Amino acid sequence: MYLATTGRPDTPPAPGSGPGAARRVPGTVIALGAVSLVTDISSEMVTAVLPLYFVLGLGLSPLQFGFLDGLFNGVTALVRLAGGHAADRGGRHKRVAGAGYALSAFSRLGLLLAGGATGGIAAALAADRIGKGIRTAPRDAMITLSSPPETLGRAFGVHRAMDTTGALLGPLAAFGLLWATADAYDAVFVVSFCTGLLGVVLLALLVPGHFTLPAPTPTLATGPARARRSLLEPLRSPAFCRILAAAALLGAATIGDAFVYLLLQRRLDVGVVWFPLLPLGAAAVYLLLAVPAGRLADRVGRRIPFLCGHGALLAAYLLLLTPINGTALLTLVLLLVGAFYATTDGVLMALAGPLLAAARRASGLALLQTGQAVARLIAAAGFGAAWTWWGPRPALAAAAAAMLTALVLARAVLPRTELERQSP
Amino acid sequence: MKPPPPPSTRPSTPGSRRRIGALVLATVVLTGAAVGYTVSASGRGDGPAVAEESFELAGPRLYFRSTEEENGRIAHRPTAEQAPDAPRTTGGPSCDRFHAAGGTALCLQRRPGVPPRAYAVVLDRRLRETRRVALPGIPDRARVSASGRMLSWTMFAVGDSYAGSSFSTRTSILDLRTGYLIKNMEQIPLTVDGRRYHAPDVNYWGVTFARDDNRFYATVSSKGRTRLVQGDMRTWSARALRENVECPSLSPDNGRIAFKKKTGGGDRGRPWRLHVLDLRTMREHPLAETRGVDDQAAWLDDDTIAYALPREDGRGTDVWTVPADGTGRPRLHVAHASSPTPVR
Repeated sequence: MYLATTGRPDTPPAPGSGPGAARRVPGTVIALGAVSLVTDISSEMVTAVLPLYFVLGLGLSPLQFGFLDGLFNGVTALVRLAGGHAADRGGRHKRVAGAGYALSAFSRLGLLLAGGATGGIAAALAADRIGKGIRTAPRDAMITLSSPPETLGRAFGVHRAMDTTGALLGPLAAFGLLWATADAYDAVFVVSFCTGLLGVVLLALLVPGHFTLPAPTPTLATGPARARRSLLEPLRSPAFCRILAAAALLGAATIGDAFVYLLLQRRLDVGVVWFPLLPLGAAAVYLLLAVPAGRLADRVGRRIPFLCGHGALLAAYLLLLTPINGTALLTLVLLLVGAFYATTDGVLMALAGPLLAAARRASGLALLQTGQAVARLIAAAGFGAAWTWWGPRPALAAAAAAMLTALVLARAVLPRTELERQSP
Repeated sequence: MKPPPPPSTRPSTPGSRRRIGALVLATVVLTGAAVGYTVSASGRGDGPAVAEESFELAGPRLYFRSTEEENGRIAHRPTAEQAPDAPRTTGGPSCDRFHAAGGTALCLQRRPGVPPRAYAVVLDRRLRETRRVALPGIPDRARVSASGRMLSWTMFAVGDSYAGSSFSTRTSILDLRTGYLIKNMEQIPLTVDGRRYHAPDVNYWGVTFARDDNRFYATVSSKGRTRLVQGDMRTWSARALRENVECPSLSPDNGRIAFKKKTGGGDRGRPWRLHVLDLRTMREHPLAETRGVDDQAAWLDDDTIAYALPREDGRGTDVWTVPADGTGRPRLHVAHASSPTPVR
């Protein structure tokens, strides 16, 4: 829980930053961060032990569930849109997000009760994914609605840092539990359920139910009076469309972390025991850089860090193509991947949030996240196919070329003027 | 797992005090439930164990992983015994997968930790450890050749266990006479339809050795297809024999192969049906077991095939048998067991 303190940068105001930047991170953002932290512990606990549980606990082949996983990712994209839409209707962000958190928490009980029945397991995994899909956009909308636009980057940085802390602690907690209980997978599911439920309680008690706009209403989007129409309404804002296009373009050149780690493994012959810890290294970098990257985005505009972050990913691809080897390669790639997440994930929400009318914000963010996620799914599938047919190196070279092209296009497409810079 | 202090910046009001009270209460109740369940669960199983002095490999017996009370320790009972709940002699090492033949046992085991580690442990006739190999993945299949000289195991290499969907397998072969270990057999020259086959995504699993300790069979998967391959240790080459054959298991007379074939039937997570392929005629026939089996079958004798199936109550597996000629029906052979291993 040390992050809750480092992640609350309200202690000394940064020198040279405007009066807005010196303000505290809103309590609601900290509360949502705490909810995400606890929820991520809960979900990453289960994710970390599922392969072991399938193969050794149940005698199932994980390959089957790998296929289902891909299917669920597609479903999640659609559910996310529905979640955003439902949240916007009558400003029910908290209730919709709460339903998502609760569904994911109860899916652990489903895993517990399913035993070896693969139908039950698939249903539980689907419920978890649906829950995750439902809650993401309303939660991010709540962050934008409770923070002043000029410090939104920092607010997202704090939230994502707390979120990542949970993702780091989850696997450690799960493996520790398996150790302590001599492989009682059910204990992992029960503890994950209790932790997930705590997240729901935190949300219910600490996050306000209604949001008043803290900032001047954006001018580019359509007025809130005409809010209740189609899912696609945010697309009427040209600036939002440009951001969506840029995010999708860059997403379509993102090959997915699993491949990056696989490539690292091939190059390095990492000590076998430590290989599963590679993602934790990148997550730790993300954790450390999320807040500074958010602050930077607030100061220089969010477009630049967002583009630079994808540049960092491009650099990681190129590094994997060079003859550099050993610890240097490992350290640099993990740093670059961590920096990529820190400068793009929350920053994208901070970039788009203020452009959306408050009453359409959850739908808009959902649309953006879905666009990016679908693009990344396609990219991962394409990269997988390229890997199969051409081998890893040509596939990676193609990915690097695609990323470079996407960066050039995105730089041209992304709106140059940012809304919060115009506001007094 | 203490929640952070409430973020409220306002002076505390009766409402906020009530909320803090509710938060503390919920935390206490949920922490209590989590700790209580964990404590009760940790009293259930023992930690990993090594074999007791008196426990050794001797026939005719059926060895198996016993999942009844002791967590995956190896047990045995007389081969003639047929009752599913007949008494078993326990006292072997704890393993996640087990196989033995010719006075050599192979025990794939996971040792808890952060992160957990896994090993392939080679044991002699008295189940004393003679060699140990660290495994970069989750142990899945284990086989020892009839003479006890050749060993093979397959693991799921978890690219990153956090992504969940990127699995590949890695199969190792160990020659005990020379001590030579092939960590990953995926580089073996492979011929498909008379031509050398190259693809970056080949995965092998489920090796089974012939009596001569040279010929072997395995499954290779590439580009979404699985094939049965016949391999040769001396020339270090493999050629594909036919499609849709997984986890082959050679009969004691070396004339037939039991395998799982993907039929789409059975359970959603286990779309396989056990088949037997005659290597002379290259004809296959399904066995009477219609449930989806996800296991490398074992031949108890030249007419009977044994395999593990998940129990209906979800608590571990049972070992079942079915006639190899496609007749008859499946019979429950050993309750609460897996990795059936006949020692003759």
